[in-house]
Amino acid sequence: MANNAQAEAAHHDHDDHPHGLRRWLFSTNHKDIGTLYLILSLVGGVVGALLSMGMRAELMQPGMQIFGNPEMFNVFVTAHGLIMVFFAVMPATMGAFGNWMVPLMIGAPDMAFPRMNNISFWLLAMAFVLLVSSLFMPGAPGSTGAGAGWTIYAPLSTYGTPGVSVDFAILALHLGGASSILGAINFITTILNMRAPGMTLHKMPLFVWSILVTAFLLLLSLPVLAGAITMLLTDRNFGTAFFDSKHGGDPLLWQHLFWFFGHPEVYIMILPGFGIISQIVATFSRKPVFGYLGMAYAMVAIGVIGFVVWAHHMYAAGLDVNTQAYFVFATMVIAVPTGVKIFSWIATMWGGSIQFKTPMLWALGFIFLFTVGGVTGVMLSNAGVDRSLHDTYYVVAHFHYVLSLGAVFSLFAGWYYWSPKMYGYMYSEFWGKLHFWTMFIGANLAFFPQHFLGLAGMPRRYADYPDAYAGWNLVSSIGAYLAFIGFVLFFVGLIVQFSRKEKAAANPWGPGATTLEWTVSSPPPFHTFDTLPRIK
Amino acid sequence: MSDSGSKTAPRDKRGLVALALAGIAAGMVGLSFAAVPLYRLFCQQTGYGGTTQVATVAPDHVLDRTIKVRFDTNVDRDLPWQFSAEKRSVEVKIGDTALVFFTAHNDTDKPVSGTAGFNVAPEAVGRYFKKIECFCFKQQTLAAGESIEMPVTFFIDPAFAEDVNTKNTEEITLSYTFYRSDDPSDVAAVPGDRTPGS
Repeated sequence: MANNAQAEAAHHDHDDHPHGLRRWLFSTNHKDIGTLYLILSLVGGVVGALLSMGMRAELMQPGMQIFGNPEMFNVFVTAHGLIMVFFAVMPATMGAFGNWMVPLMIGAPDMAFPRMNNISFWLLAMAFVLLVSSLFMPGAPGSTGAGAGWTIYAPLSTYGTPGVSVDFAILALHLGGASSILGAINFITTILNMRAPGMTLHKMPLFVWSILVTAFLLLLSLPVLAGAITMLLTDRNFGTAFFDSKHGGDPLLWQHLFWFFGHPEVYIMILPGFGIISQIVATFSRKPVFGYLGMAYAMVAIGVIGFVVWAHHMYAAGLDVNTQAYFVFATMVIAVPTGVKIFSWIATMWGGSIQFKTPMLWALGFIFLFTVGGVTGVMLSNAGVDRSLHDTYYVVAHFHYVLSLGAVFSLFAGWYYWSPKMYGYMYSEFWGKLHFWTMFIGANLAFFPQHFLGLAGMPRRYADYPDAYAGWNLVSSIGAYLAFIGFVLFFVGLIVQFSRKEKAAANPWGPGATTLEWTVSSPPPFHTFDTLPRIK
Repeated sequence: MSDSGSKTAPRDKRGLVALALAGIAAGMVGLSFAAVPLYRLFCQQTGYGGTTQVATVAPDHVLDRTIKVRFDTNVDRDLPWQFSAEKRSVEVKIGDTALVFFTAHNDTDKPVSGTAGFNVAPEAVGRYFKKIECFCFKQQTLAAGESIEMPVTFFIDPAFAEDVNTKNTEEITLSYTFYRSDDPSDVAAVPGDRTPGS
């Protein structure tokens, strides 16, 4: 099989294989675009991580250490959030792994609309430039950059931040949103129309299912964000009053619109991770995933319920008791399909012939940490409990357990699992495992103490705190530095992988890896599946 | 890329799917804007968030239970007025119509217009707190240095005493905030929002 693919590649190399600028700038190849997304995501990840180092350095001790102006701390918080969400996690999940693997896994020659794929990437790259430049534009009086949080609540983002930095951030979100909507249309069309003969929807790998569900979430939620930030933009610049109570608007409307997007957005970040973990757990347990259909429809259920729980972010905003009761209930329901996934992963491993290679370590780390984050999520879903924990570090710990330790761990798992396929070189087990353990210990040390800080009442989004919180903040900062060292070790491993050039086999993982991408050579030829595979 | 149309679905079918998906995205943008009037309508109809209601006639029966209604008055910093309630609070029987007065004074030597935003707390009371007449129904203009007395006629709907969300309430706070509204561009934005019914 691999030899066939190689021969195919040789055949194609001389008919259309652009080089240099033409290959990368005007790329229409799903693998090259995937690589571009991966690079963007790494740049975004580095910038976002550096911003978090600034925050942890400030919070290491009470008093003001490195920020002269506390407003600047808020700018760091905001930029860290926006960059990690839109320019580190999303380009990696959908952009890099989605683009690379979806066509390979369904046996399609490429994405449905290759040129649209190209514009999706470059829109996102421009959006990143806009967002980073917003850091240097005037923001709140006396400081630069947008410091209104990633939620950009009005009126803090309107009257509170008169400078143009918020406009830059809004336009960055417009471009990034357009990019994701185009990408979502591309993925859905590809998955619905271009599966190889015999690959029915119920035979698709779970990663493809996760991308399909995610693409629908993007398609339905991002336009709402686009609409809401357009209103915010006209409120700021053109005298409208959508969110301005002075002129009959309602600031709470912003929160409803934002969270109608914002809650599905967190599933947009985590669902592809679920897909990656399902592939890896099945591969390294040498068993098909337990309860395939349940796994697929659990993701569909999470996606659907994700649209009707948004106001659980707004318990403290004055909802009446009955409304709160509904949102508590609906939110807790999400724990059911999520539990189906967790238990199915465990059941997949049960009795399997497990190999603890680096991708599997990351996958196990993901399952454990995501479960911790999920449990604190169930706690926070109680309106009564949330009344005291709202906007404290407990919430910060919760969403970093599901995102920083969940989504990001799934991305590293995906990298170690698929990078031998994507670039043809085996990663180094030593550096991969060192990366894992450093990051696992570091991130837990950084975020677990934040639960204690939150329970003790430390609020989010402040540059300083009373001395009582000093101890756990010190621990948390040390953990964050350790996690950052782990991130540096990732790059060391990357350099080792690409410099020692140990060739990866077409299928380095053995009989557990059953999906189509393992049937082509590593790296795959520029054009794959010109003759469509047939699935039995 | 290579168009393997013979092996996969025909190209035009992909276009159709993409078009439908683009339609969904456009529809969602439309819905996000439709949310603005719908949200306002929702608040007006249900008294959500403490939105008070408008009535034309007083209820036909009065209950033998008294509620203390307190008044809260605020002025936005852009509006050079003084604004206060004549009494801090009144005691009113459920179903009985009460008349209270507020005063406003223009500190400047120019005419200034303002419009009041309002709500009641606890918020669940909004749907039972009904105004027959209120200065907040329309824009108020005060001549230079002028003081005016502004009436509010309201009652608490007897259904208040039967709703589990409100029946244990003993005090209600009616809050007003006056905002400046005579900037030409602002006046254009206001009328739709401040007709009776809001």
